[in-house]
Amino acid sequence: MYPTKYHKPASLEDAVAGLRSAEDGALLAGGQTLLPTMKQHLAAPTDLIDIRGIDGMSGIRVEGDVLVIGAATTHAEVAGSSDVQAAIPALAQLASGIGDAAVRHMGTIGGSVANNDPVADYPSAVLALGATIVTDRREIAAEDYFQGMFMTALEEAEIIRELRFPKPRRAAYAKFPNPASRYALVGVFVADTAAGACVAVTGASESGVFRHEGLEAALSGDFSADAVDGVEISSEGFMSDIHADADYRANLVRVMARRAVAALG
Amino acid sequence: MTNVNLTVNGKPVRRDVPDTTLLSDFLREDLRLTGTHVGCDTSQCGACVVHVNGKAVKSCTALAVSLDGAEVTTIEGVAQGRELHPMQAAFNDHHALQCGFCTPGMIMSGIDMVNRYRAAGKDLDAETIRHELEGNICRCTGYHNIVRAIEDAAARIQGADAPAHAAE
Repeated sequence: MYPTKYHKPASLEDAVAGLRSAEDGALLAGGQTLLPTMKQHLAAPTDLIDIRGIDGMSGIRVEGDVLVIGAATTHAEVAGSSDVQAAIPALAQLASGIGDAAVRHMGTIGGSVANNDPVADYPSAVLALGATIVTDRREIAAEDYFQGMFMTALEEAEIIRELRFPKPRRAAYAKFPNPASRYALVGVFVADTAAGACVAVTGASESGVFRHEGLEAALSGDFSADAVDGVEISSEGFMSDIHADADYRANLVRVMARRAVAALG
Repeated sequence: MTNVNLTVNGKPVRRDVPDTTLLSDFLREDLRLTGTHVGCDTSQCGACVVHVNGKAVKSCTALAVSLDGAEVTTIEGVAQGRELHPMQAAFNDHHALQCGFCTPGMIMSGIDMVNRYRAAGKDLDAETIRHELEGNICRCTGYHNIVRAIEDAAARIQGADAPAHAAE
């Protein structure tokens, strides 16, 4: 990897200041995407700002009907948390399927959501559950946050502090993992919420995670796996690559949506 | 360069390292602990798995400087003197290796998964072990015996937990 300068600020303010003063700074939240990318010379930040030493950046708590997860909380911590398992079991299950055991010990929810990889798992849960992304300076609603492949509403030197998930009535996540990378070839997160049926799809679209209005409309009338069958799933704008073409992904959206709805019980 | 303090296999280690040094390189090049292998450059193969503060991580995907104060255990640190760790003994007994390149990572991941399942009070059956091994690749396709070895080691470690009965 190219030379970089490592920093471990003790406060969020120092981390923001570090990012601002760096020529080309990057946050290190777990490094399970960033470090491999740097090793391949696909990223070469001049400065790495490690946010894992900042007090209050990791941890899980329940505030009434809201599950709050600190940005530097690892996937393994989310998967193993009794609070997450009780409040939103689908989120614990999603976290337990990210990467592999060693990756889950290092990778963090904030890192995943900030990166917004179009085949990552977490963005689907954040969007379907209508979570709020809390940063060092403001709160961003999930529907305003995801702005296309690797694109988010985060401004220059803005840092995610925590994610707030309102508890749904019920929710489920079904993923067809790429057998080599464990990323989602297609993942569908279905939530039965106060706002109605929410269905978010990851892994499929060239624009990253998105809500599927057709599936949501069908489930609003009839929350059953059979309701999924009549919905047209267009492959327009879907990714085609060596792993799967757009039509195959569109079919997987239907199959994963069916499985997720069936898993709701 | 940044000064880092680590405990590696129970021994304190203090070194100045470049900020870009991966834990795997630090272990192999600086400490000459070459049991930790590097099998890929893409964080996928798991040959480099070590324990950091008791948890399995890919040492090729962690910066040494970021681990100041951490306790690191490598494959060199799991045996008690000449007595092999039960996971090592089980790999030996079940011939759970062919070329042996992936073995250090397999053993470190195996120990980690047994520890986690014991702590959670859950059983580790063969199917679960296969899922848990997703991050460890064996290119000799020796998975059958690896799974058998981890299953056996889990039983041995579980057995050692059980209260000892007086032999009559």
